[in-house]
Amino acid sequence: MEKRVTFSSTTVGLLFALPMLLLIFVFFYWPSAQAVYWAFTLEQPWGGGNAWVGFDNFRQLLSDPVYWGAISRSLVFALSSTAIAMGMALILALLTDREMRGHKIYRSVFIWPYAIAAPALGLAFRFILAPEAGLLSIINQVWPGLWNPALDGKDAMIAVIVAFSWKYIGYNFIFFLSALQGIPRSLTEAAAMDGSGPLRRIFDMQLPLLTPTLFFLLVINITESFQDSFGIVDVMTQGGPARATELMVYKIYFDGFKGLDYSGAAAQSIILMLLVILLTIFQFRFIERRVHYK
Amino acid sequence: MAPISIRNVKKSYGKTPVVHGVDLEIRSGEFIVILGPSGCGKSTLLRMVAGLEEISDGEIAIDGTVVNRLEPRQRGCAMVFQNYALYPHMTVAENIGYALKVSGVPKAERRQRVESVAKALSLEPFLDRRPMALSGGQRQRVAMGRAMIREPKVFLFDEPLSNLDAKLRIAMRAEIRRLHRRLGATSIFVTHDQNEAMTLADRIIVMNAGKVEQVGTPEEVYHFPSSRFVAGFVGSPAMNLLEGRVNEEGAFVYDQGRNIALSPERGRAFAGHRVVLGVRAEAARLVSPETPGALPATADFIEELGASRVVHADFDGLPFAVALTGNVRLKPGDRIGIMIDPDAIHLYSADTGAGLAAPARMPSKSVDA
Repeated sequence: MEKRVTFSSTTVGLLFALPMLLLIFVFFYWPSAQAVYWAFTLEQPWGGGNAWVGFDNFRQLLSDPVYWGAISRSLVFALSSTAIAMGMALILALLTDREMRGHKIYRSVFIWPYAIAAPALGLAFRFILAPEAGLLSIINQVWPGLWNPALDGKDAMIAVIVAFSWKYIGYNFIFFLSALQGIPRSLTEAAAMDGSGPLRRIFDMQLPLLTPTLFFLLVINITESFQDSFGIVDVMTQGGPARATELMVYKIYFDGFKGLDYSGAAAQSIILMLLVILLTIFQFRFIERRVHYK
Repeated sequence: MAPISIRNVKKSYGKTPVVHGVDLEIRSGEFIVILGPSGCGKSTLLRMVAGLEEISDGEIAIDGTVVNRLEPRQRGCAMVFQNYALYPHMTVAENIGYALKVSGVPKAERRQRVESVAKALSLEPFLDRRPMALSGGQRQRVAMGRAMIREPKVFLFDEPLSNLDAKLRIAMRAEIRRLHRRLGATSIFVTHDQNEAMTLADRIIVMNAGKVEQVGTPEEVYHFPSSRFVAGFVGSPAMNLLEGRVNEEGAFVYDQGRNIALSPERGRAFAGHRVVLGVRAEAARLVSPETPGALPATADFIEELGASRVVHADFDGLPFAVALTGNVRLKPGDRIGIMIDPDAIHLYSADTGAGLAAPARMPSKSVDA
């Protein structure tokens, strides 16, 4: 029996879909189209007319070393936070998988950081990593001035990477753990009978069988690190010191809303969008086909 | 090749005991089948030998060494799993050769040994395939190859044939038997399928509810089941079991009230006891209902087995199976008579299920219990 409800007339169906379509249009397609339009015009700071300038905005951006700086910082941020978040999550999941007592608690507890809004998280880490009073102030007690994210660009970058990774460790952990538990017990046992110890089994059995999950999380983590980093950067460093933590997404906000350069910011968001799309396509084309066994 | 001693081995999960003290001496090179219904603890026992399950109490020794504290890899056992447990990300050759790779055998020797195992199991054309691309029977053979390549002292099989279709199962049975003859490794095979147990075993161990019910050759287990449970579990159809009492005259009176004659000395020995009377389908004879001494019954349905036939009869409301010989024509509803030879009767205690008496015709090792 057909379980779906079918409508005889297309109009009724469309009417049902309309509220959702409207939402998507208003909050997604319209702004995106607007951004594309702005990217090719020169907008006046206080509104009131614009002029078509073609690719001028893009040409200007791509010849600006400051913008290239933001791109390379974003890449550094994306790669290191993804590596830390996935690596730590994997280690935690492997440990949890071996001794499952209380796993239900871990499961729910580790997902909480993901539910914390980025600004709140940023604020918490600002306190934790504060050079004069935070946890790391001990370092400064021993070597004065060694840790200071407000002055040292490298320290600031480390601080935002740590905060961002912390948020995603829990998220990745959940996926890794459930993937590990999805590996049939008898496979592990067969490997044990074949003489493989726990550490060897991680590399010969568990990691190869986790690759679909690894790949999925790689895509998610990299994509999110380009987009979800804004709140943390804004609260913790405002892109400073001296642009050391000015990531692409933060620069869009800064140029657009602080610098009132709508056209430049719009062009930047188009570039960011293209970059994320390209990275995702690349990952799907070149990595995904090696990770499935069916 | 190694003897295995299992001494008073127990297993419990938390406070729930699942294996209650098993004692077994398995000779070197013997093929042992552990037979029992699901949940009887047979797989748990096997996994304790393998080292996949901790031994709660007692001792297991392989080749004279107590292995309780040893890791699976140190015990020299190889195991074939029910669902084969092939590594999905490795080719057939890598699957078979994994144990050698782990133990650091050089690549050239590894390849040569994988090829010779593959040849023995006719797996050569599939060496580069992944398990996903194999049929059930081929996967089964890869699992065997993976166990064989290490030339283990002990082979463990955990219901390895239960996922195969009937025809393949019989073919694999023969193959396992042949393999055992060639390699001579001590083997323990766990199954719930009595045909498998009968055809493969040197000795069968029948387990029920965490206890060993009987240990014996297939013939012993079939002809002299030592307890009511074994009698009702082994054989197809299972032994007919009637519960009742031996009266003062030495005849068996079953609960519906009719008498079945026992041999005089049995009748005397068990007079007044509550017992369970057991008769194999082929030990009962079909006669015309008018024959003096015959038990009247009604044919219920006739099971056609090709080479033989079994009548399932309704005997005062109790099911009773009789093997048919010759060309007797019967249809459901026919009145029939059943003759039971007093010498073919087994008696079990109605309270404990323990064996009291077995047919006198063959020398029995399991009369006393």
